[in-house]
Amino acid sequence: MTSPAQPEPSGPEAAAPDEAAGPTAATGADTSPTAAAGADTSPSAGTGADLYPAATRPSDEAAVVAAQAATAATTREALTANPLRDPRDKRLPRVAGPCVLVLFGVTGDLAKRKLLPAIYDLGNRGLLPPGFSLVGFARRDWAAQDFAQVTHDAIKENARTPFREEVWKQLREGIHFVPGEFHDDGAFDALAMALKEIDETRGTGGNYAFYLSVPPKFFPLVVQQLKRTGLANAPHGAWRRVVIEKPFGHDLASAQELNEITSAVFPESSVFRIDHYLGKETVQNIMALRFANNLFEPIWNRSYVDHVQITMAEDIGIGGRAGYYDGIGAARDVIQNHLLQLLALVGMEDPTSFDADALRREKEKVLKAVRLPQDLSLGTARGAYTAGWQGGEPVVGYLEEEGIPADSITETYAAIKLEIANRRWAGVPFYLRTGKRLGRRVTEVAVVFQRAPHLPFSKTDTEILGQNALVIRVQPDEGITVRFGSKVPGTAMEVRDVSMDFAYGESFMESSPEAYERLLLDVLIGDPPLFPHQREVELSWRILDPIEEFWATQGQPEGYPAGTWGPPSADAMMARDGRVWRRL
Amino acid sequence: MTSFMLSGTNASKISSHLTHLRHQMGAPAIGMVLTLVVVCDESNQYDATRAATDAAREHPSRILVVINRDPEEANRLDAELRIGESTPGEVVLLRLYGELTRHADSVVSPLLLPDTPVVAWWPGPCPEVPSKDPIGQLAQRRITDARADTDSVAAIVGRSRGYVAGDTDMAWTRLTPWRSLLAAAFDQPVGRVGGGLVEAAAGNASGPLLAAWLSRRVGVPIGVAESGGPGLTAVRLNTDEGEVSVTRTDARLATLRRPGQPDRHVALARRHTSELLAEELRRLDPDEIYAEALQQLAATG
Ligand SMILES: NC(=O)c1ccc[n+]([C@@H]2O[C@H](COP(=O)([O-])OP(=O)(O)OC[C@H]3O[C@@H](n4cnc5c(N)ncnc54)[C@H](OP(=O)(O)O)[C@@H]3O)[C@@H](O)[C@H]2O)c1
Repeated sequence: MTSPAQPEPSGPEAAAPDEAAGPTAATGADTSPTAAAGADTSPSAGTGADLYPAATRPSDEAAVVAAQAATAATTREALTANPLRDPRDKRLPRVAGPCVLVLFGVTGDLAKRKLLPAIYDLGNRGLLPPGFSLVGFARRDWAAQDFAQVTHDAIKENARTPFREEVWKQLREGIHFVPGEFHDDGAFDALAMALKEIDETRGTGGNYAFYLSVPPKFFPLVVQQLKRTGLANAPHGAWRRVVIEKPFGHDLASAQELNEITSAVFPESSVFRIDHYLGKETVQNIMALRFANNLFEPIWNRSYVDHVQITMAEDIGIGGRAGYYDGIGAARDVIQNHLLQLLALVGMEDPTSFDADALRREKEKVLKAVRLPQDLSLGTARGAYTAGWQGGEPVVGYLEEEGIPADSITETYAAIKLEIANRRWAGVPFYLRTGKRLGRRVTEVAVVFQRAPHLPFSKTDTEILGQNALVIRVQPDEGITVRFGSKVPGTAMEVRDVSMDFAYGESFMESSPEAYERLLLDVLIGDPPLFPHQREVELSWRILDPIEEFWATQGQPEGYPAGTWGPPSADAMMARDGRVWRRL
Repeated sequence: MTSFMLSGTNASKISSHLTHLRHQMGAPAIGMVLTLVVVCDESNQYDATRAATDAAREHPSRILVVINRDPEEANRLDAELRIGESTPGEVVLLRLYGELTRHADSVVSPLLLPDTPVVAWWPGPCPEVPSKDPIGQLAQRRITDARADTDSVAAIVGRSRGYVAGDTDMAWTRLTPWRSLLAAAFDQPVGRVGGGLVEAAAGNASGPLLAAWLSRRVGVPIGVAESGGPGLTAVRLNTDEGEVSVTRTDARLATLRRPGQPDRHVALARRHTSELLAEELRRLDPDEIYAEALQQLAATG
């Protein structure tokens, strides 16, 4: 939603929602004077007021370092103190202050495929601060240059922007490596030493982000180590942040437990939970679509909407993730986070602003208003894929996958019907479905409208006319489709569905940032709106837990052949309501 | 890439051919977001068209390239239509002969996409007052390039005379990475700036403009000195705490120096025209900071 959403040279008010939501447009998002004044909650508030504090202070080193770090700590303060910044200067990107990113799990799949390339891409776009340093931690007998090689390879293979020697050089200078196991105190002491040294050689001012790209069972250990070594405690004026990946527990209790572990060490404001869906352009565009336009919001309610379908379909199986997936299943893996977040964004009221508090408050309100079906056996469906043909290739069933016990009751397909008990949505079902080994890979939100109250055509004229729909295509082929009836050319009055398309288009978004780029940048800047709060995580588990408990009593899920669109019970669930799933 | 030549044609025929080509390719015009009018001559049309087509990957556009040919010849309009599989937009090269060279707007105006912004770009020489130019009048964003002028510095200094909101110059666009790095350096307090110097190759238009912007922002005069280039090579600012400097000698990697801190290297490569253009197309609202820098430059330069 860079340019197509804002073709007119609009005034500052008109542009505001875009800025908060869009990535390129976000350059100016934080720079409005009101935002700077209103959101000043950090402990170092106040340093921003005196324009040149260092000049009037004792010049002992600690004070200088602290003062420097203080201003680096939040961009907002820097803005008030920095004569070169101006909210009207929209060309200047948001850049984080000097800092270090400590990456645990650098040998993992996520690090290689997403995180390391995203860091490079940020550098290539000029969004990494001077002095930015990257510290890898892994149980490998590596030197910094070995880790640099791994990073280099990951970038070459997976970065989205072209490889440029000078960008790599800049990044390479800041690459460090600390070998060790998570239970090894010595390794973490070495990490603390290394970080201290980096502060001195690179001027990173004690600002560290710890990215835990490791299996969740190690979170407690790593977090404890960060506490023991004092790395979790930010000295005055600096910041420490921790980034964790899903899953955030497997039910409410475990999510709370996990939260206790992190919150005992890091304050909630320093915990960044990644739901990479929220970093996606198309997902942020839901807010622009709804709140920057006057075309959709008037009909975005029970008076016009018949129902909403939110789908995330994957064509792949569980791959090598048997250990993680079995016992978790589709609903915990996808519905609890991605699909409920999409539901919240589609269903929420307009936030008073796009800052984290306002946005999260609205999302929480919707999640709180979610109601489960009375009879879970009628309002939910689950399945597990059986052997079949997927896109022209034979594939095995879930129970035959390596590492999956033959009596597993884990579902690979889940569909649930939810309602939102408020004035806007009462009586409008939200159908959520996700599955592996479905027909193809697609994620979308379809708002399906009611039929016209009266059709002044003969019945045969409109026989094949469906319901109007607005579809937000999240991935792939990002865009928006509007489906409506149109006259078929000819002498008869025959009306049929046609689609009107807005495509971000493959080539168009070619250079747009990847979700992880946006999210990493937000972590380094300390901008939390796109990260789910613990309250949202817990509310989502409250929705899912009763369903999981019910399913646990139901034995093995119904089979569906790989490459099809889920079990018959899912279709039956829709049929009972007189509806059908969209054919995707 | 499908292309189609029309000789001795007019806007209406071009328009219907575009529609026809689209249909033939089975690709109805996908959400093009703006019309980019490139005014150039035969010598720079190739590079300009390429840059515009690249920029259109980010901003799907109808690109109208206006190429003025011999005004002494008989009146004639030739057009070359290109619709690519590889590009989301459309490119029309318009070659104007005879008296028509003075009425390019009559060709361009009916070919503009309805109800979307129009951007005019002069990669080469540009009119004295772009907003008064017939093509400039059709556009809400007018991009010039002082570098194309024989006296680039005089050109950028003179820009403020004809400035209206919506004007911009590539000499300014080229500065974004520098300004961004300098702003980042100032995110950590450095104390009051007492003066400073921008060093650039002789005849570089961006140098004085950067100095003007800096001096406007920090409130003290910033000088400009000649260096061996290429392009901008250094910015040195004297602050209460010592010198803050960004130096770049190889047009790629810069060094940031601050008192009491280690030197840091930052990628600061010169960018291709297509990237500059893409940046310009990202924001179509008036650039007040640029206007202020121009004012400052005119007042002191
Ligand atoms: N991959 C994805 O697309 C994806 C998507 C969503 C969320 N996530 C989450 O992201 C995190 C990382 O995922 P991943 O796919 O990258 O996992 P992964 O491929 O299994 O990598 C896990 C990393 O943790 C390290 N590790 C495991 N046990 C260790 C130990 N005892 N001591 C030291 N290091 C240890 C591994 O190092 P070794 O090489 O030494 O074993 C590896 O670098 C997980 O929390 C996962 O749930 C991943």
